[in-house]
Amino acid sequence: MWSYAFRRVLMTIPTLLLVITVCYLMLHATPGGPFDSERKISAAVMANLQAKYHLDLPLWQQYLYYLKSLLQGDLGASFRYADWSVNDLVANALPISALIGGTALLLSVVIGIVLGTIAALRQNSLVDYFVMLIGNLGSAFPSFVIGPVLILVFAIWLAWLPAGGWNDYKIHYMVLPIALLTFINVSTIGRVMRGSLIEVMNSNFIRTAKAKGLPMRTIVMRHALKPALMPVISVVGPIAISTITGAVVTESVFSLPGLGKLIINGASNRDYTLVLGLVVLVTVVAVLINLLVDLCYALLDPKIRY
Amino acid sequence: MSLLKVNNLGVQFQTPDGMVNAVNGVSFELDAGQTLGIVGESGSGKSQSVLAMMGLLAKNGRPTGEALYKGQNLLTMSPKQLNGIRGDRISMIFQDPMTSLNPYLTVERQMTEVLELHKGMTRKQAKKRAIELLEAVRIPEAARRIDMYPHEFSGGMRQRVMIAMALLCEPEVLIADEPTTALDVTVQAQILTLLKELQRDFGTAIVMITHDLGVVAGLCEKVMVMYGGRVMEYGTANDIFYQPSHPYTIGLLGALPRLDHDGDALVSIPGNPPNMANMPKGCPFTERCAHASAQCADVLPGLLPSAANPAVLRACHKPVAELKLELSHG
Repeated sequence: MWSYAFRRVLMTIPTLLLVITVCYLMLHATPGGPFDSERKISAAVMANLQAKYHLDLPLWQQYLYYLKSLLQGDLGASFRYADWSVNDLVANALPISALIGGTALLLSVVIGIVLGTIAALRQNSLVDYFVMLIGNLGSAFPSFVIGPVLILVFAIWLAWLPAGGWNDYKIHYMVLPIALLTFINVSTIGRVMRGSLIEVMNSNFIRTAKAKGLPMRTIVMRHALKPALMPVISVVGPIAISTITGAVVTESVFSLPGLGKLIINGASNRDYTLVLGLVVLVTVVAVLINLLVDLCYALLDPKIRY
Repeated sequence: MSLLKVNNLGVQFQTPDGMVNAVNGVSFELDAGQTLGIVGESGSGKSQSVLAMMGLLAKNGRPTGEALYKGQNLLTMSPKQLNGIRGDRISMIFQDPMTSLNPYLTVERQMTEVLELHKGMTRKQAKKRAIELLEAVRIPEAARRIDMYPHEFSGGMRQRVMIAMALLCEPEVLIADEPTTALDVTVQAQILTLLKELQRDFGTAIVMITHDLGVVAGLCEKVMVMYGGRVMEYGTANDIFYQPSHPYTIGLLGALPRLDHDGDALVSIPGNPPNMANMPKGCPFTERCAHASAQCADVLPGLLPSAANPAVLRACHKPVAELKLELSHG
């Protein structure tokens, strides 16, 4: 298992290289450059800027320069925020996204599994209708609709919480974004858990467990939960990646200075190094989470051994 | 008092097409050490009858009548009382060994939990006992294999595990719902021999559900033939096999391939089993019966002692003598 994990981590390298290369080429293929603006920049200044960021070199040399600094753990200097390195920008934004995303993820996994389980075991009960309602709302309404509604209710009408912004990790600025992310994720996780547990409870081996005279509690906890969690893990993987590495829409709705915001700014400013740096970061997180998901599968399902 | 006495058992399912009567008026008695075979084709209600007794009907199913285990009605007792009996005094093995064991738990966990629950054993004692049972059903290297998962066993071996698991608490009644249907023929024979030996050693009464008449002939003392959710004929295996007195039983036996009738074409019963949601008013077999008369479609025949042999119960309007006459004239 550990050698499998090690091999999987090594496999990241070609994946990363491919992602970086494709992104690098795509960014350079888009028209315009980081220093195009409405104000005319004099030719001399432009030449200086281009030289500073190696933009005057042929593309393949720029690419190699980038890979070299990447190897040293340096994501390069931001093209747009002159005094900032990409490393600094990420170091400021990542903890915000990770804290909000991580908390929301943890909450939604716990709440989703618990609600989904109760809904599956008590079909057509109040909890069941609640889970189905959340599931439908969460899938029907995008977060840029639910987010403003939350702001309207809790920030404007009730005035309990700030409408957005960030104030040095103060909790009441985090409540609404975490609530929004949790709601969206619970809608998926709860729905999947409900469906999967209902299916497992109808399977032959649960009938066997009942025939053995086991109480319902043991049947659910020992016999049904593990198999029911398998599909949940498959949806939690992608959810975790998008939630932790910056929920772009949520961060925009609540004007949070997290990774999502950084990605938008980087893309609209043609900040090559910033966008690439974030892509590298997201790729690494994605690969690690996928590895974690695969290890979870092996942990739960004895038929899967690496 | 009989060990198991089933009176007028019925099973109804609430479906989108309305109420479906899957089982009607099933009655039988079973004493210690006896074997009853319930025979019928798919959809005849044989499995649903025993699932009802074990409290294992699907959510939309509802049992009626009574199933008395030592005088206590299994159908009306609380889930807690029922859990005290099933798995301990009455246990069950299922048709499909590939899906009836939990793929996520070791065989050890699935076996020991039964003993921990019903016998209050520690995990260690339970494991020792479980290994003994696995050896009794002849699983090689039981002590090592008990820690494996079901997918590491073949189909026949899994059914042996199921049987060992069902026998852990030395039940008084073992219900076997087509235990050999999913297995190939050589393994079928091994499993049947095993069941016979275990019955001899443990004195367990067996209810054997099958559509394989060969299985019944080799194992059962009494046979109940079901069709369309009703009992067609009920008697000792000898009477049913050698003097079948119901057109359906005669048809079933006629459809059996036989080694001593070389070259004869296999006879089949014409037509299809009735639609359970839309049962005929009279005898469910009427449409396919070569001997049906006018009243058959309208009046349900009662399950009554046969005139020729009162030990046999048959549900048919046509008297045995008349039926025999019609048969001999071909």
